[in-house]
Amino acid sequence: MSLLKIKGLTQQFGGLTAVSDFSTEFQGNELMGLIGPNGAGKTTVFNIVSGFYKPTQGKILFEEKPINGLKPHRVTAMGIARTFQNIRLWHDMSLLDNILISQHYNLGYNLFDLFVRNRRYVENEKRMRNIAMQLLEQLDLVQFMEEKPKNLPYGIQRKIEIARALSVKPSLLLLDEPAAGLNSSDVQELIKLIGWIHKEFKIAIWMIEHQMAVVMSLCSWIQVIDFGQTIAEGTPEQIQNNPSVIKAYLGDDQI
Amino acid sequence: MKKFSVPALLTILAAGTVVAAHFELIDLYVQTVIMFIGVNIILSSSFNIINGYMGEFACGHAGFMAVGAYVTSVLNIMFFTSSKTFGDPIFSPELALWFFPVTMILGGIAAAVTGLLVALPSFKTRDDYLAIISLAANFIIVSLFINMDSVGGARGFMGMKQIIFAMEDVAFIPWMLIWTFTFTYATVFVIRRFVSSTYGKGIIAIHQDEIAAEIMSVNTNKMKLVAFMLSSGLAGIAGGLFAHILGYINPNSFNILKSTECLVMVYLGGMGSLSGSVIAAIIFTLLIEGLRFIIPAMDTLIHFIPLVPDTFHLSQVLKWVIIPLILVILMQFRPEGIMGNRELADFFPKLKRYYEFK
Repeated sequence: MSLLKIKGLTQQFGGLTAVSDFSTEFQGNELMGLIGPNGAGKTTVFNIVSGFYKPTQGKILFEEKPINGLKPHRVTAMGIARTFQNIRLWHDMSLLDNILISQHYNLGYNLFDLFVRNRRYVENEKRMRNIAMQLLEQLDLVQFMEEKPKNLPYGIQRKIEIARALSVKPSLLLLDEPAAGLNSSDVQELIKLIGWIHKEFKIAIWMIEHQMAVVMSLCSWIQVIDFGQTIAEGTPEQIQNNPSVIKAYLGDDQI
Repeated sequence: MKKFSVPALLTILAAGTVVAAHFELIDLYVQTVIMFIGVNIILSSSFNIINGYMGEFACGHAGFMAVGAYVTSVLNIMFFTSSKTFGDPIFSPELALWFFPVTMILGGIAAAVTGLLVALPSFKTRDDYLAIISLAANFIIVSLFINMDSVGGARGFMGMKQIIFAMEDVAFIPWMLIWTFTFTYATVFVIRRFVSSTYGKGIIAIHQDEIAAEIMSVNTNKMKLVAFMLSSGLAGIAGGLFAHILGYINPNSFNILKSTECLVMVYLGGMGSLSGSVIAAIIFTLLIEGLRFIIPAMDTLIHFIPLVPDTFHLSQVLKWVIIPLILVILMQFRPEGIMGNRELADFFPKLKRYYEFK
């Protein structure tokens, strides 16, 4: 049984084909990379998988169940969490609330329980708080618990966004350019963090990244897309030496 | 102990007022003002769910108030009094006392269902466009009641005083004061519980980043539905109280001007602050009522100066110059409102020792 299977995914916006005939498969807990020049359609693939776009063509199976056309919150509840290229935290809420609200997929109580504040409500709120606290402890973020994300450094904000994505207990984590805007020491920490998450939580990670240092040191399998077409895939070494990848990134030597 | 300090204080205050009213220590006018403060607290705090916590800009709150007011009044008059339009009472008038909260909540439910008029478009629209939709909803509801001859049309609908008399026949105490206190407290309580729970915080997440909320498993459409229906339902309850306090309602008292009053109260108090809404409702009501006395006083004052011609008089219309002016000044100097998005306990941390309001 495969975790995620994408077959013949095509997305057209009017006359523009952003992604064409894209396929991939996750068996278990791999760490895969998706790279390509700017505007290649990488984020579009993520947006389709996480439910923001309905693909024109193609099939997406998550744990053998089709997920194309599902609303993003349903996709997340099934176990696909993602982060964004530009950090999208709730900046005016405490870090703890940021994590707590992500538990919406599994509240365990309804409006009535909330108004009468019965045992079901109290117990579930406690359970969610425990989940959040445990996660914050694991990721060493407890000290920032009551802080608002907007007052924290950019590197920490990245970490918080990843923590928030992990709080929905995903089996597949999509990271959209996690290293964007980080300095080199933050990038080293991020590489360590992603590697650690991959081992510790035993989840599949799929990431888009421009910084080759991150991709090459983490990913076991890389796919390269350009203008929506998959132009190469393979191990980091194979990709580094692939002539069509070099051509896509650096151009032809003919003028 | 901390848990009971706020309910205890409010009960003592409410009981004190009711007793004072019963023994006629405070006159009817003051009682009416107190009840209007209650109605305005319900209006502003329920409107704050949408405009403050959820960050949408709706401006048709009075429409839902109208639905609540009409539904409650019609039900009460149909059930408990004999009237020309609805004939003999269906139930014995003594029962009015016991069923008053029921009809009130039925009015609230009707208003909540009408809230769908704005809630459903809000799935796809926001900001200015939603503001226009909510404005349109307000106009639709008001013109519906203007053209409904069975409930008096533009002449208005009356007879709600008979319900009060029926209640007073059972026991002669100021019932409306008691009901207003009860429903005001219940509203603030319900909203407080809603926005302090993980469930309710979903709407704050929508305010701060809707896409992030959707991706982090918040069902944004459902949350919007819940928020709009809760808000308009509570507005309906405020409408029901309003109708029974005055004993007379007119579709035109629920027009855009009333919605603007709700907006002013929310922005005066601070978006996303429940205590701000309550404080603003109190200040605003006292201000409106205070101007009734201040404007004539100012009028006499300026006639001391011979430059002002005798025929010139300051009229009550000036109220609608002063109140918007306050809003302009507020936006200029304190755009976040009296409380910002903080609560009373954030301003005075020492208060936390004495109460816990959840």
